[in-house]
Amino acid sequence: MTRTELARATGGQKKGGLSEEQLAKIFLDEVYRIPFGERINLCIQCGTCSASCPTAYLMDYSPREIFAALRAGMLDRVLESNTVWMCTSCYYCTVRCPQQIKITDIMYELKRLATEYDLYPRSARSPVMSGIFKNLVDRYGRNQEMNLMVRYYLRTGIGQMFKSAFRGMALMRKGRMSLTTHKVKGMDQLHKVIGVLEGYEAEMKKQTREAAR
Amino acid sequence: MKYIYYPGCSVQHTGRMYDRSFKAAWKALGYDVIELEDWNCCGATAYMSIRELTSHALAARNLALAEAEGADVLMTGCPACYLVLGKTNDYFKQDRDFAAKIRTALQAADLDYRGTVEVRHILDVLVNDIGLETVREKMTRSLEGLKVASYYGCQLTRPYGRFDDTEDPVLLDRFVEAIGATRVPYPLKTKCCGGMVANTDSERILPLLKELISCAHDGNADCIMVACPLCHMNLDFYQSDVNKRYGTDFHMPVVYFTQLLGLALGISARELEIGLELVPADKVLAKYA
Repeated sequence: MTRTELARATGGQKKGGLSEEQLAKIFLDEVYRIPFGERINLCIQCGTCSASCPTAYLMDYSPREIFAALRAGMLDRVLESNTVWMCTSCYYCTVRCPQQIKITDIMYELKRLATEYDLYPRSARSPVMSGIFKNLVDRYGRNQEMNLMVRYYLRTGIGQMFKSAFRGMALMRKGRMSLTTHKVKGMDQLHKVIGVLEGYEAEMKKQTREAAR
Repeated sequence: MKYIYYPGCSVQHTGRMYDRSFKAAWKALGYDVIELEDWNCCGATAYMSIRELTSHALAARNLALAEAEGADVLMTGCPACYLVLGKTNDYFKQDRDFAAKIRTALQAADLDYRGTVEVRHILDVLVNDIGLETVREKMTRSLEGLKVASYYGCQLTRPYGRFDDTEDPVLLDRFVEAIGATRVPYPLKTKCCGGMVANTDSERILPLLKELISCAHDGNADCIMVACPLCHMNLDFYQSDVNKRYGTDFHMPVVYFTQLLGLALGISARELEIGLELVPADKVLAKYA
């Protein structure tokens, strides 16, 4: 698959003129950089991860297949599939992997990279949810479910909200949903901590990109 | 030993029964609950889906605040908070470069962290520090006859497995026996509930939820007992969707282990906020309330 096709399939607005080969290298390098990331090279394709995965039934490619494709440089297969977006982060694969590959952490890294480069299937709704969640935390310091879900439905289709509106109202009546959002007092403090770490993270990403060019 | 409590966002609203019943039960056991002052969200599974290093800022501030308050243990009831706070704490203790970056970031905000806090789940604290023997001594009523399916879910024991086995955890079952209830076999006890995927793709996660509910039903359970606000939400909130999709007629109440603990300690159902769940639990618990 060419770069254009890949971008068409997945969105891909933020690739910054990188070729598919360069992207494949960046993805693999970034996976190597997370703690124990290089252990992905020890994968023996045993399939314990796929057999243990509670949501494998929802995935285009099983986790085992995703790791094979990633290592083979077949990035398009990884990015087109819904696999990483169906990962619930239950860590079954991680605790069972005979090669001690941090599979769940790699799934997270793939989610981050796909989001960063805007290369994910348009059917994936989890990046939208995570984005709204992050924005709320950046703004208030805490997450507030009502706020989160309303914003999410506004972005992905308000129809869904009406489907569970009755139960949502029951939650409100029971005092389990609130319209108010608590704001953390130390937001300035939190922003400073975030700011410094964001700086480190951006610098590391820049280095990986430059190495790939 | 100083224990400080980190509630987490979920138990402020949808999972409030967990927070309230925990506090009431702890008080009845003779312990004050000190809540971490001005805590912030841990970031859960969502924040780290977007940023890696940056996501550790959230846990780092909480750990720094807890250390400044003199905490030896920062405990939480939410397995996601437990996992995320613990992850930052682990990296901090294992990786000097990571620790240096975190400290630089914290110092920019006039905070600091030296790595002296331990992150633990309240189930671990209850069983291993307070002790089930203490629970037995302080109990005012036995939950005899109540058949409970103990559901551990995922992040309570995975990936760490610090206080219970990752494949065959038993602490919730031992707790069930301690309060005089009956534990029913629940072979899917460690299978995931779908987590946040239930929020984004609820229709597609229904087969998983059906499996979890019918497994408890087949084991003749009166209720499913959980130690996680997300497990509670998914099994309780989407149960009517399961019934609609599969033509089933499940009425399987989902309760927090702290609610059952509270009942055994003689606390009223009202104070434990039994009744705030969508699939009513009051009928099966009426005998004990």
